[in-house]
Amino acid sequence: MKEKLVGKNDIIMIGVLVLCGAIIALALLLTRHEGSQVVVSVDGKEIASFPLDKDITYEIDGYEGGHNTLIIKDGLAYMSDASCPDHLCMGMGKISKNGQSIICLPNRVVVEIRDAGGKAPEYDVVG
Amino acid sequence: MRTKKITTIGILIALALILSYVESQIPAFVAIPGMKLGLTNIVVLTTLYILDVKSAMLINVIRIIIVAILFGSAMSFAFSFVGGMLSTIVMILLKKSGRMKIIGVSAAGGITHNIGQILTAMVLLGTKAIAWYLPVLWISGIFSGVIIGIIGGLVTARLGKLDQI
Repeated sequence: MKEKLVGKNDIIMIGVLVLCGAIIALALLLTRHEGSQVVVSVDGKEIASFPLDKDITYEIDGYEGGHNTLIIKDGLAYMSDASCPDHLCMGMGKISKNGQSIICLPNRVVVEIRDAGGKAPEYDVVG
Repeated sequence: MRTKKITTIGILIALALILSYVESQIPAFVAIPGMKLGLTNIVVLTTLYILDVKSAMLINVIRIIIVAILFGSAMSFAFSFVGGMLSTIVMILLKKSGRMKIIGVSAAGGITHNIGQILTAMVLLGTKAIAWYLPVLWISGIFSGVIIGIIGGLVTARLGKLDQI
């Protein structure tokens, strides 16, 4: 009478899904390389960009009075301070690879690494 | 709608709200937006099995609206609405197909929840940069989905007995 929690179909489906995830991850890892531009956008609009090889500290004015402090040092970009309560962006670590980003949702701030052309890498995964 | 059903749905919504709150108090173990255990999904999943599709949908919609009013913003409402709706619809369809057990249904729900959130974030923030998080959220969606599926299955088995009293 007891309903089984998992069947053969479930295991097959989960296996296929894990495999898909691994393929997406691999594709992204293989196509990544060092970027050279740090691009800052607020609410979808680009407000500033800096070369990754120059050390600076930049105050970002985010959406609705929020602010974040961006630091570029030794070829790595990271958030050192944020006005939002969760401080997720500060925990996202230091980024330097093309296409990597730090995102602060409450302040709608996106810090992105791009290559020399200033173009964001295209991902086909979203199609 | 019978009184018993209305009461049951009310209790389930209250439970979903408490789980939302509990989850918001757990610090994100990895600093990636949208990476969550999805505790509230236990309620939606269980409802799908012990009640019916309509009740699961109703609980999901009411929960998302109340959570947004209590703890959220317009932004977080958009995320959880798209993610929650997408995953609930996928779970309903998979369950109806009759080929999956509760863990498969829940794992698919976990993934679609995360994908829905990522797509919403890409649209709202106008950036493709977030696609970077897709593989991580994809895998974490599967794992949290499986865990939620196990819990949901255990809860469903016990609640099924309750109904016979």
